[in-house]
Amino acid sequence: MARILSIRGVERRFDTTLALQSTDLEVAENDFITILGPSGCGKSTLLRIVAGLDTQTAGEVTLDAKRIQGPGADRGMVFQSYTLFPWLSVLDNVCFGLVERGLPRAQQLEIAHGFIAKVGLKGFEQHYPKQLSGGMQQRTAIARALANDPRMLLMDEPFGALDHQTRELMQELLLGIWEEQRKTVLFVTHDIDEAIFMASRVVVMSARPGRIKLDREVALPHPRHYSVKTTPEFAELKAELTEAVRVEVRAAQQAAAAA
Amino acid sequence: MKPLAPIAPGLRVVLGTAFFVVFVAAWAAATFGGFVSPTFLADPLTMLRSGWVLLTQMNFGYDIGMTVWRVLGGFVMAAAIALPLGIAMGAYKPVEAFFEPFISFSRYLPASAFIPLLILWAGIGEVQKLLLIFIGSFFNLVLMIAVIVGNTRRDLVEAAYTLGVKDASLIRRVLIPGAAPEIAEALRMVLGWAWTYVIVAELIGASSGIGHMITDSQALLATDQIIFGIIVIGLIGLASDLAFKWANARLYPWAALGR
Repeated sequence: MARILSIRGVERRFDTTLALQSTDLEVAENDFITILGPSGCGKSTLLRIVAGLDTQTAGEVTLDAKRIQGPGADRGMVFQSYTLFPWLSVLDNVCFGLVERGLPRAQQLEIAHGFIAKVGLKGFEQHYPKQLSGGMQQRTAIARALANDPRMLLMDEPFGALDHQTRELMQELLLGIWEEQRKTVLFVTHDIDEAIFMASRVVVMSARPGRIKLDREVALPHPRHYSVKTTPEFAELKAELTEAVRVEVRAAQQAAAAA
Repeated sequence: MKPLAPIAPGLRVVLGTAFFVVFVAAWAAATFGGFVSPTFLADPLTMLRSGWVLLTQMNFGYDIGMTVWRVLGGFVMAAAIALPLGIAMGAYKPVEAFFEPFISFSRYLPASAFIPLLILWAGIGEVQKLLLIFIGSFFNLVLMIAVIVGNTRRDLVEAAYTLGVKDASLIRRVLIPGAAPEIAEALRMVLGWAWTYVIVAELIGASSGIGHMITDSQALLATDQIIFGIIVIGLIGLASDLAFKWANARLYPWAALGR
């Protein structure tokens, strides 16, 4: 499959600390890649570099063979914090990027209504973000990013602040959308179940300075039902990843204790 | 009473009114009871009677109109320059670095100390009064607006960038709408301060206005008129404050949500 994103030898240094070292990752069209790792391993930093919100101190990131120079509409992002614009309704939040592109209003509305329906928020178009629950806000944020029709979707622990049940429903919703559209996704999380359930590939990062230490294909068939989480294949992969992450979490703790 | 426990709306109004009653009652007791000489403090009824005479026979309405006009004129001038400059300072750090130290210094200059200079430069006409209000409100307003705009949530800015926003529309579509309710609050506060400056301006070298009436009354030992003038100022200030609050709530309904 065609490769769309290429991360080569990327390093990020903050003053004296090395957050990310010689990281390589190739992302193919339609991949759903989840990135796992202990806190502070630089997984969010990597995602922010791809988004163009942060700049690497060495190495290169290319999207469709073009160097990433800064943020752009071709890489939609969903953040862990709630980043809907509080002064705009759900509808206008979803239209935000379309307005920027100068689409006629009728076309904006058609696209926005489609995505609002897809994330199950029909009837909430005129609500302000503060009138919505956390889960609904993140669904709006997903609709807002998708409405812009980006080349790929970057997600930085988007469900991290949600309660467990909402989180599982959100995973199913996002996976359903992906199964339908096959939009390329790079998804950072520290939840191993979440990482396996949604991914076509899981990547594990080491403790700081982060680099990629494990890269596993997830061969579970699509469409995936949540019951896949109880299958032996799932359990086997989970055991391997749990071990891999655990080692890194310990390493991170020891490094913190030594410092 | 429990700390921080909310109060019923009806009780709030009753308590708020009660203190006015207590205050006027104490005033009436002190004056009618003969504890204070009328030379120093008129009683409430005399005050109301002379207020009526002022309004009906001495054209005090014109003085009120002049004072309101001066406040609004000076305030609108200050706001017209402070808004664009404050937004530019909040958005662009070099602009802030250029103006901020000077404005921080200027805002500690007591506006009333400029009166002699202003009389020298602008005479004792309207320009001098408008300039005094301008000096009194402009510097504070600019700094407040710059701080408000500069405090825009960074995650909202980043979200906007990933939706394809460029710098000019970031200011127009994110910084300004996000800061608007707080800027409106700042305007409301500064308008309150402008009221204190206008009276100072009218105490010296004015031939009309509430402050002028108060100075004239001082010469006649007419404490009833002085108190009436002060109360009129308080009432107009309260009315403009309520009007501002009402307008803000109507203009920015989203800002009050979830507070």
